[in-house]
Amino acid sequence: MTEQIITPSANDKNDTTTHNPETHNFDATDSYNFAYLDEQTKRMIRRALLKALAIPGYQVPFASREMPMPYGWGTGGVQVTAACLTPDDCVKVIDQGADDTTNAVSIRSFFARTAGVRTTEATDEASLIQTRHRIPETELTEGQLLVYQVPIPEPLRFLEPRETETRKMHALSEYGLMHVKLYEDISQHGHIATAYAYPVNVEGRYVMDPSPIPKFDNPKMSDCAAIQLFGAGREQRIYAIPPYSHVKSLDFEDYPFDRLRAPGACALCGADDSYLDEVIMDDQGTRMYVCSDTDYCSTRHERGHVGDQSDLFDSEEG
Amino acid sequence: MFKITQLSKTFHLHTQQRAEIPVVCDVGFAVHPGECVALTGESGSGKSTVLRLIYGNYLARTGSIRVGSTEIVAADPRTILELRRTTLGYVTQFLRVLPRVPTTRVVAEPMIEAGHNATAADAHARNLLRRLRIPETLWNLSPLTFSGGEQQRVNIARGFAYDYPALLLDEPTASLDAINRQTVLDMIGNAKQRGCAIIGIFHDHAARKAVCDREIDISQFAAA
Amino acid sequence: MRKTPLFSVSGLRKSYGAQLGCRDVSFDLHPGEIMGIVGESGSGKSTLLSCLAGHLAPDHGDVCFDVDGTGLVSTLAMPEPERRLLARTQWAYVHQNPRDGLRMSVSAGGNIGERLMNIGARHYGNIRQDACSWMDRVELSVGRIDDRPATFSGGMQQRLQIARNLVTSPRLVFMDEPTGGLDVSVQARLLDLLRSLVQDLGLSVIIVTHDLAVVRMLAHRMMVMQRGEIVETGLADQVLDDPQHPYTQLLVSSVLQV
Repeated sequence: MTEQIITPSANDKNDTTTHNPETHNFDATDSYNFAYLDEQTKRMIRRALLKALAIPGYQVPFASREMPMPYGWGTGGVQVTAACLTPDDCVKVIDQGADDTTNAVSIRSFFARTAGVRTTEATDEASLIQTRHRIPETELTEGQLLVYQVPIPEPLRFLEPRETETRKMHALSEYGLMHVKLYEDISQHGHIATAYAYPVNVEGRYVMDPSPIPKFDNPKMSDCAAIQLFGAGREQRIYAIPPYSHVKSLDFEDYPFDRLRAPGACALCGADDSYLDEVIMDDQGTRMYVCSDTDYCSTRHERGHVGDQSDLFDSEEG
Repeated sequence: MFKITQLSKTFHLHTQQRAEIPVVCDVGFAVHPGECVALTGESGSGKSTVLRLIYGNYLARTGSIRVGSTEIVAADPRTILELRRTTLGYVTQFLRVLPRVPTTRVVAEPMIEAGHNATAADAHARNLLRRLRIPETLWNLSPLTFSGGEQQRVNIARGFAYDYPALLLDEPTASLDAINRQTVLDMIGNAKQRGCAIIGIFHDHAARKAVCDREIDISQFAAA
Repeated sequence: MRKTPLFSVSGLRKSYGAQLGCRDVSFDLHPGEIMGIVGESGSGKSTLLSCLAGHLAPDHGDVCFDVDGTGLVSTLAMPEPERRLLARTQWAYVHQNPRDGLRMSVSAGGNIGERLMNIGARHYGNIRQDACSWMDRVELSVGRIDDRPATFSGGMQQRLQIARNLVTSPRLVFMDEPTGGLDVSVQARLLDLLRSLVQDLGLSVIIVTHDLAVVRMLAHRMMVMQRGEIVETGLADQVLDDPQHPYTQLLVSSVLQV
């Protein structure tokens, strides 16, 4: 994958037509450049990505471009994806684990249109997965890229508003402040109540905000076979975790890190190891828990796994 | 213990028409261990000034003041602090302490600063307060709330808490009743017996007679 | 007292353009010593303190500290990480306005615990215990440990700031008008607290103030500043009772008797 990132970009456009005859709506004469961004911009972003991979967890500034979508819709992730895409790629986009939400559908069709790449909803088929706020349940493999959309890349920001100071703190590994936040959690709630965007330390050096993924997903970042890239468009930062890096969630000796998962199994597929969303069923407060990862849930269902209320799944599908 | 030679002091008051007020000139005397010397002379003759010069509270520019082996004139502050901590005690007329500090602590402080452990210092402080008839109910209060006589006795207790080899006393028996005055005189006597050199100002004739071995009339050193 | 200084300043000068901050400042501070710096507003005492504490870089001169008991080391020449570590461990800085020295959005306990966590404390129970004992030590009710400092009175905030600074047992404390802006009754309590902490912990202190009573109660030695220069220096009680320089005489004689 890394090799593909540094492939001379000028060839991308030509490659597309020759290597990917079956692509969707792509037309070489289309007014869009391959994957929307111009080649100079992609080169700039790739350089930032290489630097980010070389210094795991370090926030690399980059010249974030205007994208045809509002900030907060994943402009950082989209730029990283655009800079990494090759015509051979197969793209999956998830939003809170789901492939079928507005944000996910829009970004998927954006790349289908501007890069002509194949798209998929299956985690194991995708070569590049752009995600907002989840890591897929299916274990990622070598060769896959996971691109996170990041709203606020600076984990120290809430306690230290000065950028000059936070940079210095990173440079000198002064991370006591991160634990002050966790201390506050315990003192107020009796446990570490931070449930998402839970800070991690990468390879024993930089403390990093993993973007607002649930802390249930934090352990998946460590020793992961895939390359993990993080893009913050508004804040103009890129950072990365190379494959098989050690990622440790911060904690106290007497309050160790805890994944936090809703109790029970998925009502649709019966999975008892996946991250669950709570769904309110009516005004009486009836609720059910279902897998947040829609691909994982439906794949399990297809393979015959059932939950308490699988009939709902069937009626939806039908 | 004390050896003072050619000591002079003039105040320069820059803020008041640059007035120069010479106080004493060419003061010279010595006091030996175990000796108590009274400074005499009418009010304004410079008795207190001499005590303050010896304590380093006033800055002497000429002459020499030796306490033990330490020269006070032109000594750096650290030397004087060390001297005050281990060698030279000073009982002033007025008690000057921080609010809120309990009396026992006020009295024990010089011992603690000289390196005694706090428990021993506290026990000793209680003995002194008892001896000077400070009611036990007051011991845990700040002496700033006490009557003048009580404050004076606390001040004396504090001055005698640590066995300094040299002491300066500024009217230690003023405003004391007969019983307490006798106690203080006894304490001065005890200090002399253990070899303490004392320079004091005593307005009270009887007291002076009782404890002092010599008198030095400061008015003989009056500045011309 | 040891014979070698803990802290040593030589030939310090700082100006803001043509405006003089302070100049020709030199002094030594020994372990356990308390140095008072007095002068009116604008005399350069706060500039001086900032230079000493490493918040401002002086134009000339040096600021040395005995980091590990083996002798003076220039804090200006030392690499920044070392200097910052020093500021977080062996030094402390008490601001005049507690809001400058506290994290107002963090609970009292978190404020006290921060320096501990900064130097690697990772056991919540122990940090909490230390925070409790320091709350008690600065006479704050332990029951308020989870409250934010914004709900505290000015005097309580100042005591919290002191606890937050002293929790890592620093050896040198810089104080900028620690009693400024407090009621007189609160001032006395704070002074008493400071004095006993300084005594118990054997701290060295450099305290900037315009309140001569503070100097008399706390300081061993003092320096008087006027227009950026030190005009008089000496034993605190001597300078107050027998001031030599015209400016010091003016300062001392201007204090109202109560």
